[in-house]
Amino acid sequence: MAKKQKSYGEIFTAGFVKENPVLRLVLGTCPTLAVTTQAFNGLGMGAAATLVLLGSNIVISLLRNIIPDKVRIPAFITIIAGFVTIIQMLVKAFVPALDSALGIYLPLIVVNCIILGRAESFASKNKVLPSILDALGMGIGFTIALFLMGSIREIIGNGSWMGIVLNNGSIIQPMLILILPPGGFFVFGMLIALFNRIAEGKGKEPATLSCCNCPQAASCMKASEGGCK
Amino acid sequence: MSITGLVSIFLAAILTNNYILSKFLGICPFLGVSKKLDTAVSMSAAVIVVMVVATAVTWPIQTFLLDRFGLGYLQTIVFILIIAALVQFIEIFMKKNMPPLYQALGVYLPLITTNCAVLGVTTLNITSGYNYVESLINAAGSGVGFLVAMVLFAGVRGKLETADIPKSMQGLPITLVSASIVACSFLGFGGLVDGIFK
Repeated sequence: MAKKQKSYGEIFTAGFVKENPVLRLVLGTCPTLAVTTQAFNGLGMGAAATLVLLGSNIVISLLRNIIPDKVRIPAFITIIAGFVTIIQMLVKAFVPALDSALGIYLPLIVVNCIILGRAESFASKNKVLPSILDALGMGIGFTIALFLMGSIREIIGNGSWMGIVLNNGSIIQPMLILILPPGGFFVFGMLIALFNRIAEGKGKEPATLSCCNCPQAASCMKASEGGCK
Repeated sequence: MSITGLVSIFLAAILTNNYILSKFLGICPFLGVSKKLDTAVSMSAAVIVVMVVATAVTWPIQTFLLDRFGLGYLQTIVFILIIAALVQFIEIFMKKNMPPLYQALGVYLPLITTNCAVLGVTTLNITSGYNYVESLINAAGSGVGFLVAMVLFAGVRGKLETADIPKSMQGLPITLVSASIVACSFLGFGGLVDGIFK
């Protein structure tokens, strides 16, 4: 192999900041915007997605030589859906509060681009151990981003953090708009801008849209008429 | 089931519970395909078709198969597989019988399999306890809401092309911030539908 092999440490930590799935690769935007009205929800969503990603990466990596190339996407989706169902049952049984907070977004982990994207671009080409590390690293990166967004929106929008009241309106009136849908788009946009700024300082490309990192990229590129750069 | 009930479900799905701007479902195509008006319209048309057909198929399966035999926990797996199969089927059918329509919508169809909005609408129809007709109306309304948001946003993005934007904000960040302003305008519809019909 001509390409330099990444060390296990590099694979594990890549997802934290350098290839953060949300803020650098811009994948999984739907749950990022929807569930981050509170820091706790972001943490819960991150943990649930990490567990699904771990399971699917292990199984897909083990089956990578068995799954025929032509039907790999449906096969991946089925495996992922299986793990999502397991996590859904576990969350319902042990953390019912989280289940009601995440609602529909819990089953929607199935169509989260991060999980399918990692299955396609990493687990289906690598051995089990690197796939586990990749899943954990990407999962932690996803959780960090969700927790960060949830914290910003909860502190400014609701005057509390992880459910602890910091500001009951006596210091400054909480800006409710941040926990409403527009606030989600706004905070996400600002965070990406901040990360772009940092990346720019290190001479890296700004974050571009998810389509290019998605397993469906080929058809997406046609759809947005060469929008993927 | 009254007509006003159905109309209010339809309008609520378009305005107050807009799938993109208030439920955050289908953000990827919203950001990716909304650069031009014509692609935005074609993509939304494909989404409307798939949403309605998927609801027409998944609702009876959930009610008469999964619920009856206590298999409710298989919902997610069954739905995503049905949607994936349906999208393939619609693609083949269109290619054979409606070539002009396939020319217009064909490229968008495979994308829709992994679109959260479609899985979202089929699941939400079940969790909201809608009956068959209500589910179909809700699916059509959600699709139209998707179209409205895409078309509005395509217009906004047209303006962004010529704007002078700070370097760090260029591209995705400014797109998201403008989406936030468009979402603000949709907040104004809050309570509108209830106000009309009650």
